[in-house]
Amino acid sequence: MKLKKLRHGYDIKITGETVRTIQQTDLPQKVALKPVDFEGFKPRLLVELGDVVKVGTPLAYNKNNEDIKLISHVSGQIAGIVRGKRRVIEAIVIETDGKQAREDLKIDTNNLTQDSIIEALLRTGLFLNLVQRPYNKIANPVDIPRDIFISAMDTAPLAAEESFILEDNESSFQKGIDVLSKLTSGKVRLSFKPEETEFSEFKNCELYNFKGPHPAGNVGVHIHHIAPIRNAHDIVWTCSVQAAILIGRLFETGEINHEILIKLAGSAAKKRYYFKTISGAQVSSFMGKIEENSRIISGNVLTGTKIEADGFVGFKDNLITVVPEAKDPVFMAWMNPGISKRSWWKTFVAPIITPKKAFAADTNIGGGNRAFVINDIYEDVIPMSILPGYLIKSILAEDIEEMEALGIYEVAEEDFAICEYICPSKTEFQQIIRLGLNLIEKEG
Amino acid sequence: MKFLYNFIKKFEPLFSKGGKLEKLYPIYEMGEGFLFTLPHHTKTGTHIRDAIDMKRFMITVYIAIFPAFIFGIFNTGYQHFLSLGIAASIWQIILKGIVIVLPIYLIVLAVGAIWEILFAVVRKHEINEGLLVSTFLIPLIVPPTIPYWQLIVATSFGIVIGKEIFGGVGMNIFNPALVARAFLFFAFPRSMSGDSVWTVFGEKAIDAYTAATPLAVVSDTITNSGGVIDALADKGYTLWNMFLGTIPGSIGETSTLMILLGLLVLLITKAGSWRIVLSVFVGGFAMSTLLNYLAPNPSHIFALPAHYHFVMGGFAFGAVFMATDPVSSCSTKNGKYFYGFLIGVLAILVRTLNPAYPEGMMLAILLMNTFAPLIDHFVVQAHKKRRLKYAKQ
Repeated sequence: MKLKKLRHGYDIKITGETVRTIQQTDLPQKVALKPVDFEGFKPRLLVELGDVVKVGTPLAYNKNNEDIKLISHVSGQIAGIVRGKRRVIEAIVIETDGKQAREDLKIDTNNLTQDSIIEALLRTGLFLNLVQRPYNKIANPVDIPRDIFISAMDTAPLAAEESFILEDNESSFQKGIDVLSKLTSGKVRLSFKPEETEFSEFKNCELYNFKGPHPAGNVGVHIHHIAPIRNAHDIVWTCSVQAAILIGRLFETGEINHEILIKLAGSAAKKRYYFKTISGAQVSSFMGKIEENSRIISGNVLTGTKIEADGFVGFKDNLITVVPEAKDPVFMAWMNPGISKRSWWKTFVAPIITPKKAFAADTNIGGGNRAFVINDIYEDVIPMSILPGYLIKSILAEDIEEMEALGIYEVAEEDFAICEYICPSKTEFQQIIRLGLNLIEKEG
Repeated sequence: MKFLYNFIKKFEPLFSKGGKLEKLYPIYEMGEGFLFTLPHHTKTGTHIRDAIDMKRFMITVYIAIFPAFIFGIFNTGYQHFLSLGIAASIWQIILKGIVIVLPIYLIVLAVGAIWEILFAVVRKHEINEGLLVSTFLIPLIVPPTIPYWQLIVATSFGIVIGKEIFGGVGMNIFNPALVARAFLFFAFPRSMSGDSVWTVFGEKAIDAYTAATPLAVVSDTITNSGGVIDALADKGYTLWNMFLGTIPGSIGETSTLMILLGLLVLLITKAGSWRIVLSVFVGGFAMSTLLNYLAPNPSHIFALPAHYHFVMGGFAFGAVFMATDPVSSCSTKNGKYFYGFLIGVLAILVRTLNPAYPEGMMLAILLMNTFAPLIDHFVVQAHKKRRLKYAKQ
C-alpha cells in the first residue's frame, strides 16, 4: 500500500480531549435539519409550522435542483422554522414523538444500478452527504464523478477518531463502499493513517496511507496527491466515513437510520465523552454542563460553525467543540515572553521550549486586521503544490485565468484553515476562498 | 491592570462614532492597543487564532535590531573621545553616545509617527506597527553628524514617498528606510560622504585618528602601495576591529557582531528569511572572489577578500535588516535566492567599480526591490507550468 509522508502542516494541540468511552443517549426531544450545512442548497419549504412528519417525509427542496431534498429522519411535529438574515432558512426544527413512524420508502436494496442508487439516496436525503469538487458544494445527481474519495483520518484539533466511528459498523461501511463504487466511473479511494489497520480490510476500493501534521487528513490533500483535479469538468465526489456507514445501513435494511457517534470535546465542556445519538440532535440533549461564557462549535475549531446552547449539531458533523470565549484584555501582550502562549511562530518562548504541549485555546483574535506583510509562510502549512498567498490575491483581484492556473478548482475552504490560523495579518482565508469558488463557478 | 484598562476605556466614547474626537479614533486605538491586547472574538473563519499579530512580529524585529542600536550609542561616544585622544570612562562614552544618538532617534520616531497618524486618520484605518521598525532603522543608517533638519526631510520622504503613497505597510515596493537614506545621499551628499561626517569631533582631532571609513581607505587606490589589507592595517583597521565595530561609520552599521546577534534572533523566531541573508552573502562572496582574480595589483580594491567586504560598510546591516524586509523583497521562496544573490553581487560591484559610491549596498537593495515582483512573476510562472505537467499525469 502506498504511504505518503507529508511534511508541511501544523498540528494545533489544544486541551479538552475526550474520554474514549461511548455514552448512549435517548432520542433527543428536538432535532433540526439545517439547509445552511449544505453549500449550494437554496431551500424551498415543503412543510409548515405544526405539520406532522414521519421518517422519510420531505421537508424542503433545493431551488437549484428540485430533485435534491431535505428528508426528515425522525417522526414528530415541525416545532419551528428558524430564519436568519434576509429570511434565509437556517433550520427546520422537529419535535420528536419518540415513535419513529415511517413513510414507506420502497427502497429495493437488491437493485444496485447507478440510477436506482441515486434515486434511493435522493429519496432518503442521504445524497446531501456527497460533496463535489471543484467548488466544494453538494454534488449533482446527474454527474458521474471520476472518483469518490473517503478520508478516514481527521487531523483537525480534537477530531473524532474515525476508527471509533467505524467500530461495530464495519459491515455497513463495506456496504457503503460497494454502493458508492457503482456511482463512479473510477474507484472509491479510501485514505487512512498507517497505524489504523482496521481500514486496510475493506474491499472494492483503493487504499492509501497518509502521515503528517494537519491538514494531512483533509480529503482535498488526498485528492491532490492521488489524482488531482485538472479542470472545471474533472468532477470528483467526497464522502465521510460516517456518511458511508449511513448509506451502507440504508442498503442493508431498506430503512433510514441516522444513529451516529458525536464526540464532545473542548476545555469548556465538562462531560467529555463520545455520545451515540442521532444526526441533527439538539446539543443540550447530551452536552451537560459547560463553562459560562464559552463558544459551542459544531465541528472543529478551524472549520466548524458557531451554535447556541439550544442549537443543533450540523448534519455532517461528528464533533462538538466547546471553547472559552476570550475574556480579559491582556496587558502589553506583545511584550510577553509567552511561556504559555501557543503559536506556530517562534516569537514566543513556549513553542521553542515546550513544542508538544497542549494549551488552552480561546477565541481571542489576537490583533487587528492588516494587509499581507509576510507572504511565503502559507506554503509551509499546506501540503499541496499551491501558492496560497498568490491564490488569495488572484481571487481578490477577480483574475479568473490566474485563479484557474493557481488551482482554484482543486481547493476547498477547509484546506486553508491552517493558513488562516497562523496569519499574523488575520486575513480571512476561508471566506476569500469561498468568494473565489462562487466567482469561478459563475464566470469560469 | 483592570484599573488602568477601565481608566482608558473611559475615553473611548470621546473617540468613537458621534464623539467629539471621532476622527482621531486611530490614535485612541493605537494607545489602547499599545497597552492592551483586547479580547476581540473571532467572528468569521477559524474560531481560534495563533497568538501572533503584526505588533508581535514587528517587536521581534525591533528586538533583533536593538543590539546594533545599543552598540551604536556606545561607538558614537567612543569614536568621539578617540578622535580627541582622551581616554574617557565607560560612563562618559555612553553618555556622549546617548546625547548624540537619542535625539536623532526621537526626531525620526516623532516625524514617522506624525505622518503615520495623519495617514491613518485620513484613510480611517488602524495605525500600523511597521512604523516602529522603519523609524528604528533610519537612525542607524545615517552618520552621527547628520543635521536634524535634513533628517526630518529625509524621514518624511522615506515614510510618505517610500510607503504611504503606495497604501501603507504591506503595499510598498521599496524599503522605506532605504528610501530615506537614498534621499539623504542624493539631496545632501556632503552630509553623507567624505571623511569628516562619520565621527562627532570635538574641539580638535589628533593626527593618529583615522576619520576615513575602511571603505574610503580601500577605494583610494592611487596612494596605496603594498596589499589592500596592509593599507587598511596602516590606518588601524584590522579584521577584528571592523568585525567588532569600533570604527567610524553610520550609527548602527559598524558592528558586524551585533548585527549577527540580531540575525540569530530573526532566524530563531522565523521573523527573517534565512534564504535572503544566505543568498546575499553567497552573492557577495561570488562577486568579490571573481574580482580577486581580476585585480590588476594587490593594492587595488578588486583584491579585497570577501570576508573583508562583509565586515566593512553597510553590507552586513543591509543583508540582515534591509534585504529581509518581507514586503519589499521577493514573496516566493525560490525568488528569494535570486533576489538575495543579486543584491550581494550588485553591492560588491557598485562598491568596487564606482568610486563615487563607496556604499553599494543601499543602491543594490533598492534596485532589487524594483525587480522583486518580476522575479516572483517568473517563479509563479514556473510553478503554474509544473502544476499543469503534474495534473496531466
